[in-house]
Amino acid sequence: MDIPVTILTLLAGIAITLVSLWFGLNNNLLPLAATNTAADVDTLFNVMLTISIGLFLLVQGLIVISAIKFRRQPGDESDGPPIHGNIPLEILWTAIPAVLVMGISVYSFDIYNQMGGLDPMNHGGHSMEPQAQVAMASGSFEGPMLLADGTVNPEYKKYAAGVGAAPGAAAPDVTVNVKGLQYAWLFNYPEGFISGELHVPVNKDVQLDMEGQDVLHAFWVPEFRLKQDVIPGKNTQLRFTPNKAGTYPIVCAELCGPYHGAMRSQVIVHDEADYDAWMQTQIAAANVEGKAIAMALPTSNGNLLDPIVQAMDMDIRAEELAQLQASGHEQMDHSLMDHGSMDHSLMNHDPAMALN
Amino acid sequence: MQGSTVDTSESQVLVTAESQAHGHDDHEEHPDFRIFGMILFLIAEGMIFLGLFAAYLTFRSVNAIPADQIPERELLLPGINTILLVASSFLIHPAEDAIKENDVKAVRKWFGLAAVLGVIFIFGQGYEYSQLTFGLRDSLFASTFYILTGFHGLHVMLGLGAIFAVLWRSREPGHYSAESHFGIAAAELYWHFVDVVWIVLFLLLYLL
Amino acid sequence: MTSAITENPGAAKPPSGPQHKGHHPWWIYFTFCTDHKVIGIQYLVTTFIFYLIGGALATAVRAELATPASDLVSRELYNQLFTVHATVMIFLWIVPAGTGAFANFLLPLQLGARDMAFPKLNAVAFWMVPPAGLMLIGSFLIEAPGSGWTSYPPLSLTNNQTGELIWILSVLLLGTSSILGAVNFGTTIIKMRMPGLKFNQMPLFCWSMLAASALVLISTPVLAGALILLSFDLIVGTNFFNPAGGGEPVVYQHMFWFYSHPAVYIMILPVFGMISEILPVHARKPIFGYLAIAYSSLTISFLGLIVWAHHMFTSGTPSWLRMFFMVATMIIAVPTGIKVFSWVATLWGGKISLNSAMLFAMGFLSMFVIGGLSGVMVASVPFDIHVHDTYFIVAHLHYVLFGGSVFGLYAGIYHWFPKMTGRMMNETWGRLHFVLTLVGFNLCFMPMHWLGLQGMPRRVAEYDPQFATVNLVCSIGSFLLAISTLPFLYNAIHAWIAGPKASGNPWNALGLEWQTTSPPPIENWEGDPPLIEDSYAYGSKPGKKSVTALKGSDLWKTPV
Repeated sequence: MDIPVTILTLLAGIAITLVSLWFGLNNNLLPLAATNTAADVDTLFNVMLTISIGLFLLVQGLIVISAIKFRRQPGDESDGPPIHGNIPLEILWTAIPAVLVMGISVYSFDIYNQMGGLDPMNHGGHSMEPQAQVAMASGSFEGPMLLADGTVNPEYKKYAAGVGAAPGAAAPDVTVNVKGLQYAWLFNYPEGFISGELHVPVNKDVQLDMEGQDVLHAFWVPEFRLKQDVIPGKNTQLRFTPNKAGTYPIVCAELCGPYHGAMRSQVIVHDEADYDAWMQTQIAAANVEGKAIAMALPTSNGNLLDPIVQAMDMDIRAEELAQLQASGHEQMDHSLMDHGSMDHSLMNHDPAMALN
Repeated sequence: MQGSTVDTSESQVLVTAESQAHGHDDHEEHPDFRIFGMILFLIAEGMIFLGLFAAYLTFRSVNAIPADQIPERELLLPGINTILLVASSFLIHPAEDAIKENDVKAVRKWFGLAAVLGVIFIFGQGYEYSQLTFGLRDSLFASTFYILTGFHGLHVMLGLGAIFAVLWRSREPGHYSAESHFGIAAAELYWHFVDVVWIVLFLLLYLL
Repeated sequence: MTSAITENPGAAKPPSGPQHKGHHPWWIYFTFCTDHKVIGIQYLVTTFIFYLIGGALATAVRAELATPASDLVSRELYNQLFTVHATVMIFLWIVPAGTGAFANFLLPLQLGARDMAFPKLNAVAFWMVPPAGLMLIGSFLIEAPGSGWTSYPPLSLTNNQTGELIWILSVLLLGTSSILGAVNFGTTIIKMRMPGLKFNQMPLFCWSMLAASALVLISTPVLAGALILLSFDLIVGTNFFNPAGGGEPVVYQHMFWFYSHPAVYIMILPVFGMISEILPVHARKPIFGYLAIAYSSLTISFLGLIVWAHHMFTSGTPSWLRMFFMVATMIIAVPTGIKVFSWVATLWGGKISLNSAMLFAMGFLSMFVIGGLSGVMVASVPFDIHVHDTYFIVAHLHYVLFGGSVFGLYAGIYHWFPKMTGRMMNETWGRLHFVLTLVGFNLCFMPMHWLGLQGMPRRVAEYDPQFATVNLVCSIGSFLLAISTLPFLYNAIHAWIAGPKASGNPWNALGLEWQTTSPPPIENWEGDPPLIEDSYAYGSKPGKKSVTALKGSDLWKTPV
């Protein structure tokens, strides 16, 4: 049977296209997408993966075919054809990748803008007017970059970018101050309590204003496709709208010391009602006894707790601290029961446990 | 074993341009590329300074040095120092023309004058340090100030070392000639480099 | 300019007599020798030893990661293991092996020069490497650095300070060595080409070394600047990068990556050059698109200088900067793509001899393409925000640096081993080495893409148990990779001592380095080197061999 080369090439091209499209659409390589924009990032990934698989199959196929078809036969000492180049072909394989990467760039830019990546630059130019109290607490910068005398506003200098509001978004529904420290995350709610886990309501616009305590950390929720370094002395921001209730891990993604791998927490996305209930318990607990703060904190020995206490900027007396340490494990069990969905294995990697 | 090692490496060294400078005409040689190599090296050196300047500008512009933390700097002394260093660059320049005429005496004169100004510069810098109101660790600006001026001062001293080396070697008649004067050219080039770096540094650190 | 070189060296009677034209005794390799060939081999052997050490560290890291809990070594030691692993692999293996070993050995031979422009400087540059390496490895006896090879402050200011200082000193020494090497390479390529050899006739390895040297000269000093500031923070207590005292840690990241991104190209460009040399010889075809490959090296070198902040997409970098660096990074795919397609086109229609050098070159092509494609992905800011500092990045960087650079270095060793030692390596062992390396490498690093996408961060001693199985597969792959060096070691050592003698031109190659004996005499050619205007002119006379020498195509069948 003698099939013309052009036909074979065409068939191979169709096959490569189909395989890449199929794999690009059905790869299941990414975890659950739990925010509004996470799905966009996944689509971007799938597009890039499709193109990559196609190009890889093309190049790899050519190499393998060469290795088989053009293998030197024993005793053949002749050379291949003296082809030094082919200008149209070279222009083609310069132009196609150029067009592809420009397309991916524009597409990425669009997704990035949708996510709110361009927002932190435009702070102050927005119509959104968060409550003064929130703005104070959040540390996100709303003022002018330059002061009246032409010098740079020192407050502005403290502000680093992150992922902000999507274009046209109103003020965030929930704002939480996040502090990263060796080796825990603290979530400071404007309602006046601190938690060791992040609780947010589903389908609400959440803003995290983050600051580091000691060294660099990075706040990462794989299911949100969001990551941002947490820098001492600077504020960074993340903003997202979770759209699926559930419990997702919070991972520190920037090397922060020996226990970096143990610096994990979780974000719990509640239904509206659950969230309100949780909020009421927290507020009540905070009012009844100040120690309730420690409920959700990672348990610890004194050394680990010291910076946390500093970070909370609280006036815990020495005996209270001792009490906290003594009852640490018991309280941990309570908090485990409180959040039945919590993956037990995750807790095994709690820094406090690791230290013990 | 060691002895024969030296022999072998010497036979290789002869391939270098150095052999030309010392007149081993019995061996094939390539021309002297040391000035070219020196220029490449100075590109690298310049990049250290560029990196440090960029860090300083970043500290100043988008980051952590608030305006009130930048102390007032005395301009008179560093101004005089700048003039001295620029003048010394002009003074060292005629030396290369002189050596092309085989005039070693003039070379010694110009190098000597440049060296005197260079030494005054170093002492002036030291005096300025002693008069400053801030110390190395006082603020980010202070640290950057001392690092930049200190690192440059180190280069001035290296340049002075090169100039003195030329002065010392030039006592021997015939060491430098119109055809072979890498030492003179290199010391001069290095001195110009140090001078240019200072001008940028002065603009950024004192005037900005 | 080079009239002296064209002189008949027979007329030149050097003082040291007959030794001048002969070969070096074996012990010369342990001395301060200025012969570029000796220095090249010194570099290659030294860096390979460091590669084995770095590999042992990697094996220890993977052994720890075989199970989710931190149970094999202490967490502190674990951080030290991966920190020294990365530093050794980058600064003591790939950079000095690509630029130091192969550039030193090949450049004068390919350019028709008797030696490098500054032989003494060359030897000085080499002799900085062993002490720097020993210092770094020896730090395990005192306190090893544990803040990652990136050494980001403020962690590096508080964590393992003694180890950090040793790391800084070691890297500064290696950086200086690298700069001195680049001064030498730049001068040699620009000034010491043999008379009549135009730039556009140079072998492509020379082009890629020109591009790599430019990068070394421009970017390495900035790292030195950053390390000087970091050491002041460490020793004196200044606050350049320490936010506790008003400093700015992100400035360190900018300065660090201004070197360390170009460093990737410093590591890969020499290998690009080597592949461009190896493919035409064993495919018996001219290199496809010589000028495009040559100029794309320079383009990569230039673009490589303006993309550093793509390592900092989550560092609080302003949005417009992120966008600029994303686009600049994407554009690098274009010159890189030109190279890859040109290499594939070189293979296509050739008479391919599937010997070890060619297998590793093809392995390089395949693996590097994967690393390049995932590189385009991570250039995209929205996607990088998800995978930054995860195992996806670990996979990507190993596909580029192991699948790319190390495969290429192996190809180079198999290809030039006869020239360096005068002996042939065994092909059976070579192929076994290739198969083990390819399987072990993919088993180790391919699953890491999935780990990163699913949520496993890098540089962790312990991880979520849901990743246990896949991590175990990675670890098994890494052990296989460790085993894969054994056939190579046996092959190389055995061949060097007792391998069959190689002729001057065992591959029937047209490159200038093959037109002399193996190994070459002390001044490279007995007489004048021939001027080769097109070292890729294979097949110019259809049906005829381009160089009538040995049966190059049959040499891999020669029994040991």
